[in-house]
Formats: sequence, C-alpha cells, structure tokens
Amino acid sequence: MIEVRERGWRGVIRKYGLLMPAIILILVFFVGPILLTIYYSFTNLALTGSGAQQVRFVGWKNYQQMFKDPNVYVAILNTLIFLFGSLIGQQLLGFTIAYCMKSVKKWFRSLIGPIILAIWVMPEVVSALCMYSFFYDDGTVNQILSVIGIPPVLWLYQHAMLTVVLANIFRGTAFSMMMFQSALDEVPGDLEEAAAIDGAGRFTALVRIVLPCIRRTIGTNTILNTLQTLGVFGMIFMMTGGGPGTDTQTLPIFMYNQAFKGYNLAYGTAISMILLFLGAVLSVFFTMMSKER
Amino acid sequence: MRHSKQAVAPYIILSIIGVLFILPLLWVVVASFDSGAGEVLRRPEGLTVSNFGSVFADPQNLKAFRNSFIIAGGQAIFVVVLAGIASYPLSRFRMKHKQVFMLSMLLMTSLPITAIMVPVYKMFLNFNLYDHLGGVMLFMIASALPYGIWLMKNFMDGVPIELEEAAWVDGATTLQSIRHIVIPLMLPGVCTVAIFTFSGSWGNFFVPYILLNSADKLPAAVKLYQYFGMHGMVAYGELAAFSVTYTIPSVILYVISQKFMSGGFTLAGGAKG
Repeated sequence: MIEVRERGWRGVIRKYGLLMPAIILILVFFVGPILLTIYYSFTNLALTGSGAQQVRFVGWKNYQQMFKDPNVYVAILNTLIFLFGSLIGQQLLGFTIAYCMKSVKKWFRSLIGPIILAIWVMPEVVSALCMYSFFYDDGTVNQILSVIGIPPVLWLYQHAMLTVVLANIFRGTAFSMMMFQSALDEVPGDLEEAAAIDGAGRFTALVRIVLPCIRRTIGTNTILNTLQTLGVFGMIFMMTGGGPGTDTQTLPIFMYNQAFKGYNLAYGTAISMILLFLGAVLSVFFTMMSKER
Repeated sequence: MRHSKQAVAPYIILSIIGVLFILPLLWVVVASFDSGAGEVLRRPEGLTVSNFGSVFADPQNLKAFRNSFIIAGGQAIFVVVLAGIASYPLSRFRMKHKQVFMLSMLLMTSLPITAIMVPVYKMFLNFNLYDHLGGVMLFMIASALPYGIWLMKNFMDGVPIELEEAAWVDGATTLQSIRHIVIPLMLPGVCTVAIFTFSGSWGNFFVPYILLNSADKLPAAVKLYQYFGMHGMVAYGELAAFSVTYTIPSVILYVISQKFMSGGFTLAGGAKG
C-alpha cells in the first residue's frame, strides 16, 4: 500500500484523479438511470399526449394502477414460473453434467464440454433462433416425436411458457455446469473414499458429503442465475414475443410493451421498479456472500 | 461387475445430454449450407456456400457487422483503459471507503440492466444521444465498467508492489513503472477484460434495440431480429448463414479467453441481463 503524502488538492488529485473518468461515467449512465427509474415511476411521463409535453408528479398513481391491472399479476406469475423453471432445470442439469464429468476420461470431457457450452457462448438472438426452429411446428422436436409415433405438439402456441423455459434451460445450463465443476474440484477426494470404506453408497456420499461441501456454490449460483433470468428479454421476445396472448409475457416484456409500444414510459418504469427491487435485494445478498468469502 | 456398471453410467448420461444439446444447433449449421433451406431441420436439397455469398453481398449486412464491431470494439477499448487507470489507485493507494466502493461495484455488476432501460431511453432523447452509435457505446461502457474495475483491481493486486518499488529506486516515475512493469505483467488480465467486454457487447440485443433506430446504424443482433421478424418472406438459408457468421467471433473469442485462463476460473459476478 502506498501512502499518498501530498496534502491538499495535489494529494486528492493524485489519489482520485485516475478514478474520476470511470466514476463520472458510472454516475451519469448507470446510477443516474437507477434514480430516474424511481423518480419517473411517480410521474406521468409518456411518449405522446400531455405526459410528453410536461412531466408532472402524480404520486402513487402508477402503482395504484399497477395493483389494479390484472396483466401485472399475470406478468409476475409468468416471471416466477420462468424463473423457477429455469433455476431448477439449469441447476439439476448443470450439476448432473458436472458430476458425471468427474468420472469420465479426459477425451470424453473435452468432447461434451464444448457441446454444452456452444449455445451459451453464441449470441442470445442466434440461440433463440435455433430454439425457435427446434420447437417449431414441424421442427426437430416434433420430427423426433413422430418417429416414436407421438402426434406433433404446437410447442410455441399450446405450451409457450414451457417452451421458453426449456429454451432458457438449454442456454443457461453451461453456466451452472462451470460453477459446479469448479466447486466439485475442491471437494476433497478422500472424504468420498472414506465414506465408501464406511459402506456408504454413491448416492449417500453424494447427499451427505458432496452436496454439503458445495452448498455455498449452490447459493451463489442460485442468486446469479436468478439475476440473469430476471433480465432475460431477447430469448422470449424473439421466440414468442410474449405471446400467444400474455402467455409468456414476463416482467421485462410487459415493461417493454407498456413503455415502448403503449408509449406509457412512466407506467413502464413502475413495472421495472419490481425488477429493480428484486434485483437490488438479490444483489445485496450476493455481495454479502462474496464478501464473507 | 458393479464397478464396470458404475464406470459406464456417466458416459451414457453425458452422451444423451450431449445429443440433446447438439440437436438444436444442427438446423442453423445445416440450413446455412442448404440451397433450399427452410425454417426447420431437414436433409439439404444441395450443398452450397451461396447463402454466405449473398449475406456478404448485401451492403446492409456488412454495415450491421461493422456497427457491431465498432460498438463492441470501442466499448472494449474504453472499458480496459478506464477500468485500468481506475484500478491503479484502488490497488495501490490507501484510501478511505475503498471497500465500500468495491462492494458497490460488485453490486452494480449483478443488477439487471433490463430494468433501467426506460429512463436510459428517455435520457438519450433529452441528451440528443438517441440513435447515435457513440451514445450506445457510452451507455455500454458505463454498464460494463463495474465488472471491469472489479476484475482489473484483482488482477493488479496480483502484481507485487515490490517490483514497482524496485523500479522507483532505479529512478523510474510512476507512469514509467506502470508502463514497463504493471501493464506487461497484467496483460492476460487486460485481455480477459477486453474479451469479456467485447463478446458481451457483440451479443447484446436489448440495448441497441432500444437506443438505435436508423437501419444503417443497427448492429448484427438487431439486424438478425428484423431479418427473422419478416415472416413469410424470409430467406432461411441466408438467415442461417448470417447467424453462423455472427456467431463465429463469439466462439473464437471464447476459445482465446480460455487460453488466458487455463486452470479454470469462476464467473462470479459475470451475470448480465
């Protein structure tokens, strides 16, 4: 550590001068919009009409409207289904892959790894496109089903929510896999061996020894996955556009529709306050967990 | 017997999952080389590279890739420079509230950007930044800085200060010691931040979709969405070829970044909406 000795302005400049450009940009374009989100949610800001000419403070009006709007409840419910479906699927699949990867030869690992990673590495819109084609009326899934003799399913219309959840699981599993792989590497091998000697089966060892060892990773991974999933827009927007009807309208899509299609920016920010609030709470949790480490 | 059964099970499970994960990707690859491609996977009518030819023949597509490159490249350069100089005092100087600052960086890293896009849009209209590549870049730089600073500071902490002190004893100024000692030793870290930022930006759809409007300013992500959105008149072979071309830089950069981080790394805090 260097002690900056100069007193007065010179010392301050030496210390904080290098930090300033970054801090100013973050304040203007990151912290600013966060504060504006809160402010706008109490105004009548709009793209057209009176709210466009003169922004007025309207108190809790947007929030009152929100509590009366059945679409808000649909969007919250959709977001929760999307969130929990993705979380459970990604973590179970990610853990299964990571756990199996431990006991296969290296050449096989380096074959499977990139396959799982591919859809995570590619741009979101491209993976959404692949998923669209995969679940399309006469797409790959239905082609396979017809081979087994099952009639085609209109995935994107009849089971739109399930379909976008599955798509998001495909995309997000790689992240969980990597988190679990690095956590499993740190589980001491002799613990498992000792358990085996004491007569514990593989499953018992998994539940009693491995899972407790990596519970921190499970926690961190859950929070990071949640934060990521809450913000998902492109995947759903491209595959279903939030439809059919409001079937896959999660909070980000609903916010977009209200703010940019309905021209009601203020109502849009009130909706994003739900996201921001959830995100902030979880971020604090995540930050506290990282700090402890 | 029991032993061999256990040894085979992981191979079977992973093979099934592997096939499952490869299936959705087949369409985009096959269709990009198919002269009569449709929206679903099927046996190609004929193999051709003309889909790629038509993608590159359209100046609008080239412009989209160029725009993506400008935004992502510019963002990566600025994030590396700004996060780099910001992390020097954070890593080297004794400061009040340093820990609070670093924790708030980490906190911002994980906030979903999606939630603040409405005010950002309004701000861009007011500041006359709407529909400007530079404006999009500014916002993307700011949103990537917390993670960049967090990473850079940790990389810089890995460069022993004794090395710098030795240089000062030999008469080097602070700037010289940064240039000749800190930067070369941090190069893998610098590249990691640059690659992360570039690929995050390259794949970003929502931010440019909200903040840009004119056809000749749109990056590849938004272009691809529009391409796809025109149901019925879409040329699926070209759409797939465009997607493949657009994906290649992401894949190459990922492979390179793995080289820098051999030995594994955690992506803690790498989440972005």
